[in-house]
Amino acid sequence: MKFSDEFEARFAEMVPHYPTKRSALVPTLLYAQDEVGFLSDEVIAEIASRLDLTELEVRNVISYYSMLTTKPRGKFNVQVCTNISCMVRGGEDILHHCAKKLGIGHKQTTPDGLFTLEEVECIGACSWAPAAQVNYDFHENLTTEKMDRILDEYKKKATQ
Amino acid sequence: MPAGLRLLRECEGETPSRQPAGRRRDKSRLLNMADVTLTVDGKKVTAPAGTLLIEACKTVGIEVPSFCYYPNLSLQGACRMCLVKVEKMPKLQTACTTVVGEGMVVITDSDEIKQARKSMLEMLLGNHPLDCPVCDAGGECELQDMTFSYGAAESKFMEAKNHKEEQQWSPVVFFDRPRCILCYRCVRVCGEGMDVWALGVQNRGVSSLIAPNKEDHLECEECGMCIDICPVGALTSGAYRYKTRPWEMKHVGTVCTHCGDGCKTTLGVRRSDTGMEIVRGDNRDKSGTNGDFLCIKGRYAFDFANHEERLTQPLIRKNGKLTPATWEETFALVGKKFAEVRDKDGGSAIGVIGSTRTTNEEAYLLSKFARVVLKTNNVDHHRTADFPALSAALRGKPDATASMADVYNAPAILLIGNDPTEQHPLLAWQIRNNVRLHRARLYLLNSQPIKLRRQATSFTQIPAGTEGKVASFLSGDDAAANALASPSTNRDAWTALRDKLHEEKNLIIIFGAEIRGNDIASLIAFGSALEGAKFICLADYANSRGAADMGLYPDLLPGYHPTAGGSDFHQEWAIPPTAGLDLPGMVEAGKSGKLKALYVVGSNPIGRLNIDPFACSKSFVVVQDMFLTETAVIADVVLPAANAYEKSGTMTNTCGDVQLVKKAGEISGTKADFEMIVRIADAMGFDVRKLVPFGGGTHADMGQSRGAQSGEADRHAVWLEMQGLEPKLTPLDPMAILDEIQRLVPGYDVSRVNLLAGNIEHTSLTKSGPGAAQKPESISPAHDGLFTSGTLGRYSRTLKSVMESHEVKPAEVAAD
Repeated sequence: MKFSDEFEARFAEMVPHYPTKRSALVPTLLYAQDEVGFLSDEVIAEIASRLDLTELEVRNVISYYSMLTTKPRGKFNVQVCTNISCMVRGGEDILHHCAKKLGIGHKQTTPDGLFTLEEVECIGACSWAPAAQVNYDFHENLTTEKMDRILDEYKKKATQ
Repeated sequence: MPAGLRLLRECEGETPSRQPAGRRRDKSRLLNMADVTLTVDGKKVTAPAGTLLIEACKTVGIEVPSFCYYPNLSLQGACRMCLVKVEKMPKLQTACTTVVGEGMVVITDSDEIKQARKSMLEMLLGNHPLDCPVCDAGGECELQDMTFSYGAAESKFMEAKNHKEEQQWSPVVFFDRPRCILCYRCVRVCGEGMDVWALGVQNRGVSSLIAPNKEDHLECEECGMCIDICPVGALTSGAYRYKTRPWEMKHVGTVCTHCGDGCKTTLGVRRSDTGMEIVRGDNRDKSGTNGDFLCIKGRYAFDFANHEERLTQPLIRKNGKLTPATWEETFALVGKKFAEVRDKDGGSAIGVIGSTRTTNEEAYLLSKFARVVLKTNNVDHHRTADFPALSAALRGKPDATASMADVYNAPAILLIGNDPTEQHPLLAWQIRNNVRLHRARLYLLNSQPIKLRRQATSFTQIPAGTEGKVASFLSGDDAAANALASPSTNRDAWTALRDKLHEEKNLIIIFGAEIRGNDIASLIAFGSALEGAKFICLADYANSRGAADMGLYPDLLPGYHPTAGGSDFHQEWAIPPTAGLDLPGMVEAGKSGKLKALYVVGSNPIGRLNIDPFACSKSFVVVQDMFLTETAVIADVVLPAANAYEKSGTMTNTCGDVQLVKKAGEISGTKADFEMIVRIADAMGFDVRKLVPFGGGTHADMGQSRGAQSGEADRHAVWLEMQGLEPKLTPLDPMAILDEIQRLVPGYDVSRVNLLAGNIEHTSLTKSGPGAAQKPESISPAHDGLFTSGTLGRYSRTLKSVMESHEVKPAEVAAD
């Protein structure tokens, strides 16, 4: 299994920072997921062998963290927060709006492979609730109209 | 050191790989740490600093309940059952993760704590199916017991239970997910204890579940430790599930009959149509060196005893066919034939092949029967290690052999050859856990990259067949290094390794059958120069060591005394003066027609040692066995034998540890080999009093007249048994022969009390006879792995089904 040079450089730099190899597991998984899109069987086997872990141990960690996935996701992962601050400020409406507009539910992906929708726990943007996160970008003080514009922009970005 | 504290110290433990180096709890440091004094429920408790609170409470008889805490496994703190109040700490603390401190004041029983325990149990029972009436664990379930002792009588949960279908993970492991209380004991024992790491925890919170390593099934050593350690009925055994209720069984602690390690196994037995059926094997009472450890064979492979092909009637060949006969007819025939051959052609026309799975008493009796009754030295057995060479080299050296228990505590171990994970699972367990818990140094020399290399301080791969050269090199023969050097291990590396070993004190040197004869002498010469070094020689079967110690050799009597003369045996027995034939010699004599009779007791030389089945077609062959083996089918008489689970006596493991074997199962229509040997001697007209010294001991009022109900009779009987003075009223009592073994076989004069109490007594070779050089090729290692066991394995359904599930399917290839 081959990763990019950038991944390899980050990995090589990171591992010696930890007292034991296995401690580097979570960041390694995140970098690999960013690069491959999801954690395939092949990625799991590769990381397990690099960190002297069993594949089961790697899967245990992946299944613990909701941000790690073993299934392919859309190009843009739309994560709508519905925790307390967002909920009282209309976060659930945003989620339902997205679901209707994209025609998909929680953890589902549009047929064109562009969007995956996810209802998530607090993303730490309570002061600007309701909020959503698309991949690593935050979008705050959302309204359904604002959300439409945001989704359209991503769609445009993908087709350019 | 008081036993309680020793136990306490042994209970400390974490896995090395799980903890950063700086945070490991250093065992040796803990041992040297000062005691601290604390107060628990008003009682003063003193324990070494570093002791866990839950263990400190145990020493003064205060029970702190817990599910996830398990001695010698890493700490989990998952179940929250062990909450206690520690003064000056704001919340209740988990006693299993709290370390004792000087002046600590602890309360383990208050309304607050009672309420906390009730809440924890209420939560655990929230989704636990109350299918106790059909659950395997019902009656011996820790959740039931805890609920009984600490639980609330009611539950506030109204939600429907979340049912999930049961899963089968392997032929022997079933998982019932809703019953699981997530204590993670199974995960830890599989990883830390077994070094298999086949179980994991997936998801989190309420969705957490125990998962096998191959998505829907397990790929592991199938030891069943996960099932054994499960506090509830979440993991159940394919061999035992739905067979019986726990309280319907009787439990008999005896010795496993598979490999040579001598694990104690507690067999659960139940009345059946044919006697007593063994339905379960485990060692929950943690008796024996193995504690609760058992491998797949010890835990499940007792089922050969219940196989439908068991012989339950004597067979005599009539008109070319083996035909059922009565015991009387059979013993009369065998007695007559043996006596005829002995009187006409001499004892040297009779051959005797003994067993590696019969008791010491049976092996000794057979050895004596051959010499004294049949008047022959043609005695042999399936040899899997060169014990005579070991005995010769260790003669006169005190404390030179290590017991299985020593392997767990030794500061350093040198292992040459063998693959204990496969062939000696308990030895591997002892080594692994010594390295994990006590930081022992393991020096490994092997021709294969065996699994134990993962625990090794140093692993050196050597060319196959050069194990003997290692022994020569270690004993100072520098030239031997030429055969061992390779690009990765040059001469300097070898010299460095030898220097390092020379610095080790109390090293245990363990070697497999690869090292024989003079190489054993070299290795012992090397070890004897080291301070406190001890040895273990690995043989394959449950009583291989006993067979050797009891003199199942053509040139050696019990205790490695030469047949030629010069031992106590020559005073008491009339021994034929010349050495007898070994097994190949007997085969040759059979072919040439010189061997007129062959007596095979519990052995299958034709099936296991590739002996020509027609070699003995001219001889009168008598076989005692459980099944119609390859050897039994060519016999003239077959006697249906009981196995080691169906008789009493003693056995000696490969280290020389003697243990009591107790009768657990029974299949009607079989007899113990002991009884059959005595009956044949009797049928030959021999005075059995001269064979088995029964009838001695005292005959007295055992206290019955003074009130048996008050235990009076028991007290007298126990005292007599302890002294070995209880009346042995018939020649069928193996204890009568044990008297003689203890009197005549050097090293076996061990404490009878300890043996009877089920403890292990280590024998010594210090005073053994000088032995005799054996041909190296006479040793034929069995190479049994975890899933095979000599002749027994193929009659075990469980082992077979596991083998089948592990078989790799060959890739499909086109026919052309």
